[in-house]
Amino acid sequence: MIRVVLPYHLRTLARVEGEVQLEVAGPPTLASAFDALEARFPVLRGTIRDHATLRRRPFVRFFACKEDLSLEPPETRLPDEVAAGVEPLLIIGAMAGG
Amino acid sequence: MSKLRVLVGTKKGAFILTADGNRKRWKVSGPFFAGWELYHLKGSPVDPDRLYASQTSGWFGQMIQRSNDGGKTWEAVGNEFKYEGVPGTHKWYDGTQHPWEFKRIWHLEPSLTDPDTVYAGAEDAAMFRTVDGGRTWQELPGLRDAKGHLWQPGAGGMGLHTIVLDPSDANRIYIAISAAGAFRTDDAGKTWKPINRGLKSQFELPDPDAEVGHCVHRIAMHKARPGVLFMQKHWDVMRTDNAGDSWQEVSGNLPTDFGFPIDVHAHEPETIYVVPIKSDSEHFPLDGKLRVYRSRTGGNDWEALTKGLPQKDCYVNVLRDAMSVDSLEPSGIYFGTTGGQVYASADSGDTWKAIVHDLPAVLSVEVQTLS
Repeated sequence: MIRVVLPYHLRTLARVEGEVQLEVAGPPTLASAFDALEARFPVLRGTIRDHATLRRRPFVRFFACKEDLSLEPPETRLPDEVAAGVEPLLIIGAMAGG
Repeated sequence: MSKLRVLVGTKKGAFILTADGNRKRWKVSGPFFAGWELYHLKGSPVDPDRLYASQTSGWFGQMIQRSNDGGKTWEAVGNEFKYEGVPGTHKWYDGTQHPWEFKRIWHLEPSLTDPDTVYAGAEDAAMFRTVDGGRTWQELPGLRDAKGHLWQPGAGGMGLHTIVLDPSDANRIYIAISAAGAFRTDDAGKTWKPINRGLKSQFELPDPDAEVGHCVHRIAMHKARPGVLFMQKHWDVMRTDNAGDSWQEVSGNLPTDFGFPIDVHAHEPETIYVVPIKSDSEHFPLDGKLRVYRSRTGGNDWEALTKGLPQKDCYVNVLRDAMSVDSLEPSGIYFGTTGGQVYASADSGDTWKAIVHDLPAVLSVEVQTLS
């Protein structure tokens, strides 16, 4: 089980409060975490990753254990603390005006 | 008694304003989708409680929301807008070719006959359609064959912002795209042709016969005269009496013919409304006076409508999708400003009143006349 913290607008879309807990088969990666998140909350498809390319949307960032994972490839393994459910994976709307 | 429902899209959410047929006391509901840009909301003509909304964000992309109960509750429906086949390229700012990239939906136009069918105008310019109530969207790619490789975005983006369905011919649709022009299909969207003959854009387009590249801001039609269209272009107010095959300028005595919205009175096909804006460099009313101009002759002869509108120190803009008319008697006219006011006239424009003052910048206004 991993823990994911969504930004405010995505919590609203998904109609959840607080953290989301997800079951991910095998050692979790960025891609498998997002696959599990979108499977549980289909409304989030296209809001974090592009529908077709699955690339990160430009103003969405990923953090875990004080590390910026935004530029890491999708197959990047999440830190052990995240895989163990000790630390959350943070999905953040980047500071970008407006 | 009839009821009015005004759907207002703003930079920071949607609002729904309701009143009875007296149009005096308005109730404001919202914000819906607070914090998101609501480019456009519109109801189905055949099922007015079926509403569609384009919800967008620079961070999280495009959402389409649907309501089946007049806006009390909403559900997110499909948000995948995929260009058909290999998307190809259009002209870029430096003259090179640039791939089509989906950014947002500017305009939603529900079918005149089926509440599950909706057309959507996209940036980068393309036309999409759903026939399942918004769950899935398919492009009508023939539009981009109408010299799409020559379309070039302007500063506001290359958005398909206007969709006009011909009530007398289900196969005929008109659309307009910023900095590309107006287009028409006569076969329900399979093939399209530019309809820009007569438009003059001498500063933007040196070629006086350019088929595409004209910056059309808005097109309006009266349902009783589907072959007559009125256009607010970047500069110039235009009309066509032959379904867009040729256009004539009808700016007449307007103090400035730059502007964004244009609309037609619900019961008088030759009565039209524009909001003149000072210039393409200064997007606010001339002399700080917010004036709607009305022509009862289909253009050329215009009168200023000022009663109830600020006549000094007013520097708001009125965007292209932010004007609408109701079909009561007399017809009501509504428009929203970038200052967050929605003004309404219950007497065809003779007098105005702000029915809400302090919303976020208004992007779109649509009125539903409910029986």
